[in-house]
Amino acid sequence: MPMTISEKILAARCGRPQVNPGELVEVRLDFAFANDITAPLAIRVFREAGGERVFDPERVAMIPDHFVPNKDIPSAMQTREMREFALAQGLPHYFEVGRMGIEHVLLPEQGLVLPGDVIIGADSHTCTYGALGAFATGVGSTDLGAALVTGTTWFRVPESIRFLYHGEPEAWVGGKDLILYTIGRIGVDGARYKAMEFAGPLIERLPMSDRFTISNMAVEAGAKVGIIAPDEVTDAYVRGRARRGYTFYRSDADAIYEAVHTWDLSGLEPQVACPHRPDNVRGVSELREVRIDQSVIGSCTNGRLEDLRTAAEILRGRKVAPHVRCIIIPGSPEVFRHALAEGLIQIFVEAEAAVSTPTCGPCLGGYMGILAAGERAVSTTNRNFVGRMGHVASEVYLASPAVAAASAVCGRIAHPGDVAGR
Amino acid sequence: MRIRGRIWKFGDDIDTDAIIPARYLNTSDPEALARHCMEDADPSFAARMAPGDIILAGKNFGCGSSREHAPIAIKGARVGLVVAASFARIFYRNAFNIGLPILESAPAAAEIREGDEVEVDIETGVITDHTTRKTYQAKPIPAFMRELLAAGGLVAYVRRRTQPAGG
Repeated sequence: MPMTISEKILAARCGRPQVNPGELVEVRLDFAFANDITAPLAIRVFREAGGERVFDPERVAMIPDHFVPNKDIPSAMQTREMREFALAQGLPHYFEVGRMGIEHVLLPEQGLVLPGDVIIGADSHTCTYGALGAFATGVGSTDLGAALVTGTTWFRVPESIRFLYHGEPEAWVGGKDLILYTIGRIGVDGARYKAMEFAGPLIERLPMSDRFTISNMAVEAGAKVGIIAPDEVTDAYVRGRARRGYTFYRSDADAIYEAVHTWDLSGLEPQVACPHRPDNVRGVSELREVRIDQSVIGSCTNGRLEDLRTAAEILRGRKVAPHVRCIIIPGSPEVFRHALAEGLIQIFVEAEAAVSTPTCGPCLGGYMGILAAGERAVSTTNRNFVGRMGHVASEVYLASPAVAAASAVCGRIAHPGDVAGR
Repeated sequence: MRIRGRIWKFGDDIDTDAIIPARYLNTSDPEALARHCMEDADPSFAARMAPGDIILAGKNFGCGSSREHAPIAIKGARVGLVVAASFARIFYRNAFNIGLPILESAPAAAEIREGDEVEVDIETGVITDHTTRKTYQAKPIPAFMRELLAAGGLVAYVRRRTQPAGG
């Protein structure tokens, strides 16, 4: 029987030749992790469930990235609980401030999550690793805490929906625009409980950074996973990073999909998700009148080196508009080091942007860029729900690093072509 | 188990940031979270609702973040149960894992009105609107989820496997 890539990975991890959509399977986990918000609850569950040692310290990570460096005393207490657990368990993959990156930037970079893996994380954007050809999904703290004991979890095998992209979009269009366009087409529950599978010539020519961005936002359409078949681009990324063996799976040509969407994106312009839903998507040129107070460039969606290079291409020799706060957050120490070496940080500082150590802070309205009532941000993050970045009467427009940088310069939502040539 | 309470009606795609905003995620204490339950969807909800009241919502309830703080805030506020046309998948798992009763019924979500007095039989999934005298049959709970509930939640389910009888 033919299978999709998602079905093949699940079959391999539950030791069966075949799995079918709708079946419940118990699978062996290749990796599991939590962050400073979700770990304390998971640790309590781990103990209640009778846990003494985690199932395999090499396959567990604890990453303090959401409210860290700690923004207040309660968040410091939460992080301390996580740190003490990591120390007591002798977890080699606990990342302290200074070595810490945003989890979904850091873990692939460190070669800890790999093609063919089944991965759960107590964070909804765990689906990011689908870009590597892994079956990766977010869970709550109880599921994660239980998995730390057993090294297994259960899944309902999802139906798959295939997205095939072709055509020649405009300059400045990348992974963020493709996924925003997709969510705009199918809606915030358009792939609820499903596996989204991204393919086609446009995906094949994207670098890993753009692929991570696409898979990252699959959850914004309600999906369980957002997967991309690994190829030579994946191989080049993983080789030299991988800390263990990995397997490339591909969907069979005659695999069964619930739906196949084939989209010609010729002439597509940069996309923006307007308040207050990620599926409220319009072309950037329709929004040029929208004045902004803040531009955020970073996050697990767009905090990678290529994202910062794009931002620098636009900010080089220019200034952030006087009434705008531009906040740029490299996603990991490795990204930060490369950005320094390439002179990107110099460009940002000269442009009068604020550059921060890695943190999720502003994306979820934690700290480092909270919006007041009536304020409006363009952000390369993934959610623009009511109150997501601050006051309930603030607004977030989701866009690519190119659009966010151009908007910072113009003080309004801008097409990158308004500012720079490409 | 039967639950009887007043209906608090919400729309489609209620996200976990609306259920419990991230600014309160520096704690996981159920009572502290309960004080801000549904705050960004209805700031007066936590103060006005009574224990046993029922949240009724449209499609995709609990979309967004994986934060278990969302069902914990609802349970902490002593909401009796959540009925929705459909649930986002992580919220769905989390609710079962922490023992917050939830049921799916698109007709109930569409027809029952704010303030109606409603009674729900969790086992049979029968939803009775005493205000309009109409009844609805919720979608059955999947067998594995029933097994989880019967075991007393995921923690008890795992405990039973890690600590075999007599051991």
